[in-house]
Amino acid sequence: MENTIAIIGGGVAGMQAALTLKELGMRPVILEREERLGGKLNTWDRLFPTWTPAREVLDPLLEAVRGAGIEVRLGAAVEGVSPDGRGVTLAGGERLAAEAVVVASGFDLFDARLKEEYGYGIYDNVITSADLETMFREKRVLTADGRVPRRVAILHCVGSRDEKVKQNHCSRVCCITGVKQAMEIRELYPECEVFNFYMDMRMFGPGYEEIYRQSQEEYKVVHIRGRISEVSPTLDGRLQMKTEDTLIGRPMKMEADMLVLLVGMCPARSNRSLAVSGNLSLGDSGFFAAADAFRGNTRCGENGRIFFAGTATAPKNVGESLNEGTAAAWQAYRSVKGGASW
Amino acid sequence: MVDWGYTINKPRAIAYDANDHTWENALQEAVPVLRSCIGCGNCTATCTAGNFVPFNIRKLQTLVRRGEYAGLRKELDKCMLCGKCRLVCPRGINTRKMIVTLKRLLAQPVAAGIPVAPGAASTAGQR
Repeated sequence: MENTIAIIGGGVAGMQAALTLKELGMRPVILEREERLGGKLNTWDRLFPTWTPAREVLDPLLEAVRGAGIEVRLGAAVEGVSPDGRGVTLAGGERLAAEAVVVASGFDLFDARLKEEYGYGIYDNVITSADLETMFREKRVLTADGRVPRRVAILHCVGSRDEKVKQNHCSRVCCITGVKQAMEIRELYPECEVFNFYMDMRMFGPGYEEIYRQSQEEYKVVHIRGRISEVSPTLDGRLQMKTEDTLIGRPMKMEADMLVLLVGMCPARSNRSLAVSGNLSLGDSGFFAAADAFRGNTRCGENGRIFFAGTATAPKNVGESLNEGTAAAWQAYRSVKGGASW
Repeated sequence: MVDWGYTINKPRAIAYDANDHTWENALQEAVPVLRSCIGCGNCTATCTAGNFVPFNIRKLQTLVRRGEYAGLRKELDKCMLCGKCRLVCPRGINTRKMIVTLKRLLAQPVAAGIPVAPGAASTAGQR
């Protein structure tokens, strides 16, 4: 159908792209694999750096998508993209013709079980940052046997910057997430000690460094520079962690009631099939490679009618993903309607 | 000469420009991936020896890479070559090869065409 733009993924980037395209008079169709729109944000509690409830970002978007009468297809997994950008193929073989495609297919969370030495899925009180968000939504963070933890350790870079699990990239947002979560635990249980184990603190966004400092000064979160090498259970059911306190230069052991693994952002599993079918390039880490890192970071180098938005190309925060939704939508619009190219 | 009981402390600063970097270069030639160390400390955290005696392989290789070789031999003798550090390195550095290379340089510096680094063969500890 004329002016149809297929949008792969109904997370924040996909919804923002759809809203922009609708405003430009196009016919965006959101293809969402899950049974609801919103993507990963559905499971998140509050967002850095402002403690804004994720719902306050998500709900207005969902309402706008509904209000604009944007076509949404749920449970619609996309298996292939036409190399010319003129449509997509859904699971089951159905083909949807379009004039351009916006790939906003997002990321997968790193599967923490792959880092066996941390014992996720083996020890009860080793959880992921995503599990912790679920607990925050329920307003209680308890150990497996229902106790308030006296000490929580938070480990940065699980499934990031790690050649052993083929995740060489930095996931960017975990540092600030770890600081946020440490502070939230301290807010919830002021008696509970919180330790963050990090290699580098990458506070890249506005207000992030300030929060890091606040975590030290006001929240008394302790940051230890060392990556945890292994975790084992103690006789009394706690966890013992080993690391090196690299700023002192000595090995360190510490017990905690709970260990939170800050799981990184991995390229979505669907990237490969989309890349193969659409002749799209993947970067070293498996995210889509955009045309270039400056003026072309939402464009596809191979095809003038395929565009990227959000974490399909690299780990990003919510604000950046939303901005790319708008950028990709404009470029998709231009590719169909012509006009000045920037 | 009267001994007044005063001494002059050697400066503790790493005199990077004054240091001999021959070994550092030879080591990095043999184990280029060493350059990718991000100092996470996993090697030392998991080190069998380092958990009992003062031995810190992360710090040791950093010192070599700054041209600081004092007491290297004594330090390296503590390593049992168990290889646990290699298993945990997130940058995939072949830490055993790094240690074996250092030992070879120490054992046969002349055969390797490398001048004996000042202080390296000394059994005095690291500063």
